[in-house]
Amino acid sequence: MNKYDVIVIGAGHAGCEAAAAAANMGSKVMLITMDMTKIAEMSCNPAMGGIAKGQIIREIDALGGLSGVVTDETMIQFRMLNKSKGPAMWSPRAQNDRIKFSKMWREKLESIEKLDFWQDTVNKILIENGKAVGVKTNLEIKIKGKSVIITSGTFMNGLMHVGKVQKEGGRESQPASYGLSDQLKNIGFEVGRMKTGTPARIDGRSIDFSKLKEQKGDDEGKCFSFMNDEVEIKNEKSCFIAYTSREVHDILESGLDESPMYDGTIKSTGPRYCPSIESKIVTFSEKDKHQLFIEPEGENTIEYYINGFSSSLPLKVQYNAIRKIKGLEKAKIFRPGYAIEYDYFPPTQIKHTLETKKIKNLYFAGQVNGTTGYEEAGAQGLMAGINAHLKINKKNELILNRNEAYIGVLIDDLVTKGVDEPYRMFTSRAEYRILLRQDNADERLTEIGYKIGLASEERIKRKRKKYDKRNKIIDFLKKESVNPGEINGKLENLGTAIIKRRKKIYEILLRPQVSIYDLEDELAKVRNEFDGIKEMKSEILESAEIEIKYAGYIEREKKIAEKIMRLEKIKIKINIKYEKILSISTEGRQKLEKIRPKTIGQASRISGVSPSDVNVLLIYMGR
Amino acid sequence: MRQFCIFAQNSHKLNNQDTICAISTPPGNGAIAVIRLSGDQAIQITDKVFYSGDKKKLAKQPANTIRHGTIKDKDKLVDEVVVSLFRSPNSYTGEDVVEISCHGATYIQQLLLRVLLKYGARLAKPGEFTMRAFMNGKMDLSQAEAVADLIASSSAASHRIALKQMRGGFSEEIRNLRNELLNFVSLIELELDFSEEDVEFADRKKLRNLVSRIYSIIHSLSESFSLGNVIKNGVPVAIVGKPNVGKSTLLNALLSEEKAIVSEIEGTTRDAIEDTVNIEGIIFRFIDTAGLRETSDFIENLGIRKTYQKIGQSKIVLLLVDAGDKIDIIGKSYKHILKQTRNDDKHIIIVVNKADRLDREELQNKFSKNEFSFLRKKDMRVIISAKDQKMVHRFAEKLVQTIKPETHGENDIIITNTRHYEALVNTGEALMRVKNGLEQNISVDLLAQDIREALHYLGEITGEITTDEILGNIFSKFCIGK
Repeated sequence: MNKYDVIVIGAGHAGCEAAAAAANMGSKVMLITMDMTKIAEMSCNPAMGGIAKGQIIREIDALGGLSGVVTDETMIQFRMLNKSKGPAMWSPRAQNDRIKFSKMWREKLESIEKLDFWQDTVNKILIENGKAVGVKTNLEIKIKGKSVIITSGTFMNGLMHVGKVQKEGGRESQPASYGLSDQLKNIGFEVGRMKTGTPARIDGRSIDFSKLKEQKGDDEGKCFSFMNDEVEIKNEKSCFIAYTSREVHDILESGLDESPMYDGTIKSTGPRYCPSIESKIVTFSEKDKHQLFIEPEGENTIEYYINGFSSSLPLKVQYNAIRKIKGLEKAKIFRPGYAIEYDYFPPTQIKHTLETKKIKNLYFAGQVNGTTGYEEAGAQGLMAGINAHLKINKKNELILNRNEAYIGVLIDDLVTKGVDEPYRMFTSRAEYRILLRQDNADERLTEIGYKIGLASEERIKRKRKKYDKRNKIIDFLKKESVNPGEINGKLENLGTAIIKRRKKIYEILLRPQVSIYDLEDELAKVRNEFDGIKEMKSEILESAEIEIKYAGYIEREKKIAEKIMRLEKIKIKINIKYEKILSISTEGRQKLEKIRPKTIGQASRISGVSPSDVNVLLIYMGR
Repeated sequence: MRQFCIFAQNSHKLNNQDTICAISTPPGNGAIAVIRLSGDQAIQITDKVFYSGDKKKLAKQPANTIRHGTIKDKDKLVDEVVVSLFRSPNSYTGEDVVEISCHGATYIQQLLLRVLLKYGARLAKPGEFTMRAFMNGKMDLSQAEAVADLIASSSAASHRIALKQMRGGFSEEIRNLRNELLNFVSLIELELDFSEEDVEFADRKKLRNLVSRIYSIIHSLSESFSLGNVIKNGVPVAIVGKPNVGKSTLLNALLSEEKAIVSEIEGTTRDAIEDTVNIEGIIFRFIDTAGLRETSDFIENLGIRKTYQKIGQSKIVLLLVDAGDKIDIIGKSYKHILKQTRNDDKHIIIVVNKADRLDREELQNKFSKNEFSFLRKKDMRVIISAKDQKMVHRFAEKLVQTIKPETHGENDIIITNTRHYEALVNTGEALMRVKNGLEQNISVDLLAQDIREALHYLGEITGEITTDEILGNIFSKFCIGK
């Protein structure tokens, strides 16, 4: 076979982004998957985005990744979450058609010229002189490549549990992969074990929707991709809210002795924020009910997903419990929920580029790094694909800072802190939440994406046009004034104080009660000015409004970020013998020794390294 | 950052440790003096010059033992000494330590030190023993700072604070504070990251109460700093009064009261005379106000800004009057001072001096409690005669009582460290913004900016509150996960 630049193992959300990014930047890429029909499969719930995750998709898109475009083209419901909070919290979320989503990804990948596919299972990484040079598959085929990205998700030594039944596999009806993690373990990689789970899928025809509360999408849909102005959802579908009850809990409880979670079969850690229903009733036994979301699996299917009911109890227990839920009394189950245990590589073994510290040109991305979520996986895949391409072309690596992107926060957290449960992004993990908004991901990242050769010409033009226009609007609102007579009527209607003398328009916009659209409605000159915006109007106005309304907060956070970033500039010598610095706490010493931070800033973020440890380190370095 | 800088200046490579030595007792002649050595070679160096009564080498002796013997430089006898032996890591610095108790003459101390230097020790830099203790993990930063305060403390009360801080009382109070704040932050972050979850969010009133409670803890801690500082540096007492009213007589009388240190503080303002008097372990710093010496017209003098400044810096104002003065003039002066110090925590004491000029009955009539009904509760009037030692003694007691209730709560935490103080003040300011934000009902993601600032500052003392901790707290209290 030909020699490739980049070989990607696994075609999930991480693998797809990795392969697309490297190939679109110009690398010759081989994408290997066990099953060509399962590309970018949504193994868990059929939704993209959500709080903090929606922001990540916007960032992937701004850099030139594909998750946003695919989401836009396959969504069956859109909601902007947290709309009642400040703009930093607005988080887009889409319900997607699972099958269309996968098909759309395949189409996108197939349209990339430099991307090849191979359906097979990799069981060995070929390594020469501490450097990855290719892979070997179950069909005994050797494929040579300059770099290898492992994005094998939950497939490495995957083991599924439903009650006492155990089945080897990486996903329902799919085999696990063997050999890879054992090989890497033998050459000195640390391998851990994690657990996650998924709920049952049920037949929509057997649900009594009249007993459930409907949750519709927003009236006004938005897009995930900055390349799209508008997405038309032709056949929108709703989600429904259901509740468990004491009766349901009693049945679940009766099955606990057959639960692999509680009889000691499953020892690995699952995510605390996404517990199984059995964990919920045990941990929060005082609660009478738990909320469930019944989510549609697609536009033209009767299949529904019971979000919040993930379980590894025996099928019979799951079945009986589900049938006690109001509205699901006659529910037919398509398949039960299950728990899955899988191998992962503790991510303190990789660098910020996602390249492993031990083997050159070998990258880990996605769930193999102990994360969870399509978005988190996609972001890592993208960054691994980018950095693999940059490295073989001897270009500077791309590392996003914590004040630049959630992607930067994600990767820095992984390599600096490691994980002790599947890692999911939360906005609280970001120090600079107000800077990392979904509306400005393009402003933050598209120039970077363009510079490295991933974001297209069209994308950069669009971004520049948008912000040129946005800045003009801000200037206009700052320059132009308004008389009391022109606006006071509106102000009174909005329940805010009238003005007594002529005022600059932007001063009026600073009031929380007044939106930029109120100004457009009321003031002819504003309307004239806004009418001049031909494209991306709502985004431009939204951006201008946020920049004006939240200027104080944004400025303050920028200043804090600059101050903290100074710590990032203090480099730590590579050869420090931490075990000799006894005034650093024992835990701090061990963590520093293991992670070997590059800068004082990174050291200060390692859990177990206290501020006084950092002070000692500074003293030690003669600062 | 004061103590911190000392460490930084002294920093050098840990794996290249010299053995250091220094005289550990105060400078000057005394009955005995202690010279301390610390480092890998401390025992070997001592063995080169120390001849034990039982002829055994120190290197062969068990740790935590004491030997009697002589120090000789070859044949030349230096002194008869007692040597205490501590072995790493069970010593103050965590290294091998030898303490040599010798006779206290300065000459002997110097000679002994010179001998030790000759055989391989190096003279310690200021604070270096403590720095080594810190670097070897024997104490944390706030303890090390407390040691520095302890060394510098010049009164019994300040000694007590420094000791308490070393025992970790401060850390404990701060730990409680940290927990409260962690709970608050968790409630806030819950609303942001888990708004879609089926959990009950804290109502605004609960959040407001919580932030008020945290704020008041921080406020009282940072308030204690001025008190802590007073204990460390002395209670400033301004003396206001006419030149001939007997200020120096009073001061001299108080000086004869005190049992410990009397010193003149150098480098204070040129126009104020400061005397420190230690009464019952509390240092009082008497500040004579300059303006009043220039003219005898008291009211006019009060207009002089410098006098106000002195009064402003003080904790207690002594209004010294003559027993012959008219009551209404005294009252006027009192009210004038009060006006300048309103809403202030100062105590004003009217001291009626020269009581010997009137007979007892006259005194009691003229200066009866009724006549002084204009005094605030915290203020008082005292009648003394500087010549009457008993009266002076009673006055000294009253002076101590005035300040003592504030200093005496042994369990109270008092901040004496500038670094801690600044961190607390900054935390308090950020929390105040949070409080205001909550009242104005601004959205919590914006509030979070100030909360994070508060956490950041508090983290300078307590160690940071990490997002992992916040999330952990949320997951343990709320059922998250649909």
